[in-house]
Amino acid sequence: MDLPVIENTPAQSGGCSAGSCGSSTSQMDGLADEIRARVQDHPCYSEEAHHYFARMHVAVAPACNIQCHYCNRKYDCANESRPGVVSELLTPAQAVKKTLAVAATIPQMTVLGIAGPGDPLANPERTFETFRELAAKAPDIKLCVSTNGLSLPDHVEELSKHNIDHVTITINCVDPDVGAKIYPWIFWQNRRIHGREAAAILIERQQQGLEMLVARGILVKVNSVLIPGVNDEHLKEVSKIVKAKGAFLHNVMPLIAEAEHGTFYGVMGQRSPNPEELKNLQDACEGDMNMMRHCRQCRADAVGLLGEDRGDEFTMDKIDAMEIDYEAAMQVRAEFRAQATAELEAKRARAHAPKQPQAQVVQFMPRVSRTVAEAAPTTPVGRPVLMAVAAKGGLVAVHFGHAKEFLVYEASTEGAKFVGHRKADAYCAGDDTCGDAESILDRTIKALAGCEVVLCSKIGYEPWGNLEAAGIQPNGEHAMEPIEDAVMAVWNEMLAAGKLATAAMATRCA
Amino acid sequence: MALEIIESCVNCWACAPLCPNQAIYEAAPHFLIDADKCTECVGDFADAQCVAICPIEGAILDELGVELNPPGSLTGIPPERMAAAMAEIRAR
Repeated sequence: MDLPVIENTPAQSGGCSAGSCGSSTSQMDGLADEIRARVQDHPCYSEEAHHYFARMHVAVAPACNIQCHYCNRKYDCANESRPGVVSELLTPAQAVKKTLAVAATIPQMTVLGIAGPGDPLANPERTFETFRELAAKAPDIKLCVSTNGLSLPDHVEELSKHNIDHVTITINCVDPDVGAKIYPWIFWQNRRIHGREAAAILIERQQQGLEMLVARGILVKVNSVLIPGVNDEHLKEVSKIVKAKGAFLHNVMPLIAEAEHGTFYGVMGQRSPNPEELKNLQDACEGDMNMMRHCRQCRADAVGLLGEDRGDEFTMDKIDAMEIDYEAAMQVRAEFRAQATAELEAKRARAHAPKQPQAQVVQFMPRVSRTVAEAAPTTPVGRPVLMAVAAKGGLVAVHFGHAKEFLVYEASTEGAKFVGHRKADAYCAGDDTCGDAESILDRTIKALAGCEVVLCSKIGYEPWGNLEAAGIQPNGEHAMEPIEDAVMAVWNEMLAAGKLATAAMATRCA
Repeated sequence: MALEIIESCVNCWACAPLCPNQAIYEAAPHFLIDADKCTECVGDFADAQCVAICPIEGAILDELGVELNPPGSLTGIPPERMAAAMAEIRAR
């Protein structure tokens, strides 16, 4: 008689594929192996992958069928790109040409998304024509689409016919009373519907679309905009519900609301969440759902690695001047992908290799592991510490003064965990900008609020002093080391020096 | 009897596919309505479709030059309630 074998050591990932093992790869650990295989080269779905793989958006979908209080179609704002101002609205034929040109120039390109600047499914002809052409001409490029969900149920059938196995739905609420504060109206069945009634229809369509996609095996990520005082507490419920319905990843993003963007929220003075509020909510949702922390809220025409927009290199006039060997380019991409995937696998295997017996016990109790660790007398106890890292390619590799963003890691007994990122202006951009250096440095220090350490490859004398004065310890001793190793080395030094007594946890790390 | 798109149009394309008469066409610097074809959707829909979806206040006028999406129609908050709404939102 054959009995089913219970595998306690999954072949590829070294033993902690089901739980949160504490390294920065933990976002992926919550995923089933089958899903992980499908997203491991998608920079927007995998925190690991975004160091290796690039994506682009083509702005073929200008029309929208709903009005959101955080969006203004008049201006080119941080959330979107409006046709005719700085970005180019593309025809499907132009979009295909641009995608093939980018994919030939940037071998890291694995994903083509349509995300606006309106709603892709409110422009179904333009969106699906682009997908059809690309599926034929570049079958190795993954296609994905991001939608507000209103038209989604009408297009699930068509979506499942193409090479599309990823869809993102923006779901900000599941309660029409909350929705009425976010969406003033929708265009529905040839009428403009307002207020609560509009929100109720939108919510119903989003949930229906989510269920239909999951039933067809299409991976669904849910985006939510965190709006303080409107849906902050409510998003915990959203997270539970979308997880229960089969979404595999939840991306809670901070509201961007500036008066100069001309959005309703911006003009009315609705505030954005601070990094601490964002992290607290993401942490609260994480018990139920795989949370995405590395989203850069990119534009509807972004090109390249996340956080490194190369859109300027690929305007239509520049593309027209390029000579491209498409077949050769696809070959180069295939070689790059094989190499990067192997590197990723190797990195995963290293990160997940059991280092000591206790680690194996923790694997099987992911959510209570901290309690277990604290209770065990042999395990060193120390409070979690937030550290900012000036990083490139997974290494501590950027000069403090040149950093445009810092990755934030939480170091604890569970290891180093990636929890977010903070934007900064590079304050040391050259002689002519040094007059501003002080105020930019002040802003950067403010942006790092809550972090106790900043790791960088190098740092100048002055910012060193200012950071120390602000209670942030600069550290340039781990240049070119892998981030997780460096972060844990610093944490262990702090632990050894007696700086991590758990009593301080509540006040220092709230 | 015809509607008119004016210069505040941002060329978002939302209206054009909805027109039951194919009266809306792409033009520079913005979309236009062919007055000979426009019926204001009478007989086809209860509301003029271009007006119902347009995301810009005041971009579409009726034959008397009246803004069909007046101030406040985009946000759902009429001008006289703006101050109160702002106070509530700033308290969040």
